[in-house]
Amino acid sequence: MNAAMMLAPRTGGLAALALVVSLAPLTFPNAYFYDVAVNALFNAVVCVGLNLLVGYGGQISLGHAGFFALGAYGSAILTGTYGVPPVAALAASAAAVGALAFVVGRPILRLKGHYLAMATLGIGIIIHIVLKTESQVTGGPDGIGVDAFTVLGLAVAGDKAWYWVGAGLLVFAVWISLNLIDSPMGRALRAVHGSEVGAEVVGVDTGRYKVLVFTLSAVFASVVGSLFAHKNGFITPDIGSFFRSIELVTMVVLGGMASTFGAVVGAVILTLLPQLLASFEDYEAMVLGGIMMGTMIFMPKGLLPSLRAALKRRRAAA
Amino acid sequence: MFAEFLQYVFAGLTSGAIYALAGLGFAIIYNASHVINFAQGEFIMIGGMSTATMVAAGIPLPVAAAAAVLVTMLVGVALEKFAVEPAKGADVTAIVIITIGASIFLRGAAQVVWDKEFHALPAFSGETPIAVLGATLMPQSVWVVGVSMAVIALLWWFFNRTLFGKAMLATSFNRLAAQLVGIGVKKVLMVSFALSAMLGAVGGIVVTPITFTNYEAGIMLGLKGFSAAVLGGLGNGLGAIVGGLVVGIAEALASGYLSSAYKDAIAFVIILLVLFFMPSGLFGKKGTDRV
Amino acid sequence: MTLLRIESLSKEFGGVHAIEDLSFVINPGTIHSIIGPNGAGKTTLFNLITGVYTPTSGRILLDDHDIAGKRPFELARLGMSRTFQNLQVFFNMTALENVMVGHHLHLDRRFLPSLFRLPAIARRDAEARAHCLELMAFVGIGRYGDADAASMPYGALKRLEIARALAARPRLLLLDEPAAGLNATESREIDEVIKKVAATGVTVVLVEHDMKMVMGISDHILALDYGRKLAEGTPAQVRANQDVVAAYLGAH
Repeated sequence: MNAAMMLAPRTGGLAALALVVSLAPLTFPNAYFYDVAVNALFNAVVCVGLNLLVGYGGQISLGHAGFFALGAYGSAILTGTYGVPPVAALAASAAAVGALAFVVGRPILRLKGHYLAMATLGIGIIIHIVLKTESQVTGGPDGIGVDAFTVLGLAVAGDKAWYWVGAGLLVFAVWISLNLIDSPMGRALRAVHGSEVGAEVVGVDTGRYKVLVFTLSAVFASVVGSLFAHKNGFITPDIGSFFRSIELVTMVVLGGMASTFGAVVGAVILTLLPQLLASFEDYEAMVLGGIMMGTMIFMPKGLLPSLRAALKRRRAAA
Repeated sequence: MFAEFLQYVFAGLTSGAIYALAGLGFAIIYNASHVINFAQGEFIMIGGMSTATMVAAGIPLPVAAAAAVLVTMLVGVALEKFAVEPAKGADVTAIVIITIGASIFLRGAAQVVWDKEFHALPAFSGETPIAVLGATLMPQSVWVVGVSMAVIALLWWFFNRTLFGKAMLATSFNRLAAQLVGIGVKKVLMVSFALSAMLGAVGGIVVTPITFTNYEAGIMLGLKGFSAAVLGGLGNGLGAIVGGLVVGIAEALASGYLSSAYKDAIAFVIILLVLFFMPSGLFGKKGTDRV
Repeated sequence: MTLLRIESLSKEFGGVHAIEDLSFVINPGTIHSIIGPNGAGKTTLFNLITGVYTPTSGRILLDDHDIAGKRPFELARLGMSRTFQNLQVFFNMTALENVMVGHHLHLDRRFLPSLFRLPAIARRDAEARAHCLELMAFVGIGRYGDADAASMPYGALKRLEIARALAARPRLLLLDEPAAGLNATESREIDEVIKKVAATGVTVVLVEHDMKMVMGISDHILALDYGRKLAEGTPAQVRANQDVVAAYLGAH
């Protein structure tokens, strides 16, 4: 393997990621760290999906927490109320969320800019309100308990087990994302971001690709939502709040739009940040808002791409 | 029957007036800069919260209200100066993220400066209901609608009768031409944020005796104001006012006759329907992309 | 047989006729130029033919099938491609990737194989890469390969759009002012590229202001003024036409 291949994201990057998630637990001083780490991994997977839409496709979504919550509630209700096996419930929820995203995606993704932001935000808020209101099904604002996740009679129990599930899922999600963006489909999607009309005149059905990636990113969110529900054992409608949707977008933006590993880095930083600021809990919203503004003003490409550009410049200067 | 309907309409007009003010705030900033300021709702919150605090501290209402409007306008100008202006030339997604970031920042700041509790203001002229055709009207609702109308009239005068106001309108139509006749775009941008903040603050002050306010009261009001602005046709002042009243009344009727739990969802259902079927709104112009 | 037939085509923007009752035909294997003063409706005509705009009335026939109202990507499938006066390059991608997007219709676009990067996808991508690099060399930008499109000079970007359009393997290629903004040397080079393209059997429709270029390479010229046909014919015929001379000198 030569140096170029080592540096190529699909080989070197993926291997590095696998190495980091495998070794990270060695640095965890106690069990509580596993809990935080699982949340970071879960957020990272959602962000890898969201980045396909926002970063590569150039289509903003301010409602993805809604899809996450639908996945979570789908699993909670199907397993709890109807006794469906968790894996089947996860798949069914993901299929339903995918179908929903596909249907609403058609009219929504015809919109651009502020209108698209408003429409996706509206979808997210409506989902949140429905989950809060239909308390006979969802348990209402007080939330609902969720059974353990079992596969063939084996339960995924404890934060350590969940860590490996999350780590595996993340490596898989990153692999898929890297494959996609380097395929004809993925290039077409990035072209949509570059110039819609430019893509159309060489045969790219831009509407189709926007809907497809919107659906794919919603399915990512739904699957993680399902797992999160089982892992947490208890969920409330606030996992689908507007604030959560904003948080997800901020992770993508901070790490670096149109960078798969950037999305992972952004998710990990913003998940760990509240832990570091634990004694400044009141300032959490201010910090989040400040990060959003600061990133866009001073580092619009995000952490990882800016870092890469800086390294390139230094190497060129040397 | 009719009395009940009238009751809902009164409620709808009251909240609709606030949405109209917020929508107008969106329209003014949008016209000056093509920025959608998602922090518009925070102006409403800051106006209400600062007045409530000052009144609670014994400052007379008119003084407190005037000071609160001033404070909010300063926040608006600061927002423009430190968050929007440095991002000049950024794409729409970046601007959306910046103003949402500002909204969350202000919300967080309010939580630090004040607290998470609800704050109240006494009604301006008592709480004796006025009977109208079998329905009752709270005096504060009259204040809300009356003050809103006064502010809107003032704005109309500013944009149509003063040199600077006309210049601001000119900028929205043709930035280059405005620059050629010596109108500073930067100044226009700053004034547009100050005016929008003023509209928000006034709305927040008059509505607080009815709804109370807390650090996160702004978000919903702001988003509904945006719905109003889009419904009316983005950038159209009259459209924003009509849009605000339509959203307010639709919300009141739906929560009265259908389900009060879904009250907050109504504005978003309306906005989705408008965006899907009538993207240029009630009074907006259709545009063609140039290639 | 004609490749493209335009029949009484009109386009209004809010009551203003950008194109009015226009008819003409384009025969396969020719270089066909559309000329006219600024605002004559040349770019509008391009946008109508390529599906960016929908006509107010009239017909556009490709191989005798009405294509008016079809979306650009559908027309690309029928063998039509174009470049733009205002660059529509994908600045978020490399030069080569731009051209590979042009090759989109001829690649494996299945969803699941893309997600898992099955060998078929990888192999055809490698072939496409080689093919697109050839195309880049063909239009004279071979050295830009993996450079970011955003870092390329204007003249190279103009060619990049041509390479991208060619990658779609069009039968009909529409070039909107390919020489605009280029210096004399670059113009002559583009001129050569267009001739080479036409020599491969692709029908070229050209909007261009550079009269020297137009007169030199066109088989047929259509002159427009205020959205209407002013004159049509061989370069010699059009050059001799008094109306064309008057329109260009502004002597109305």
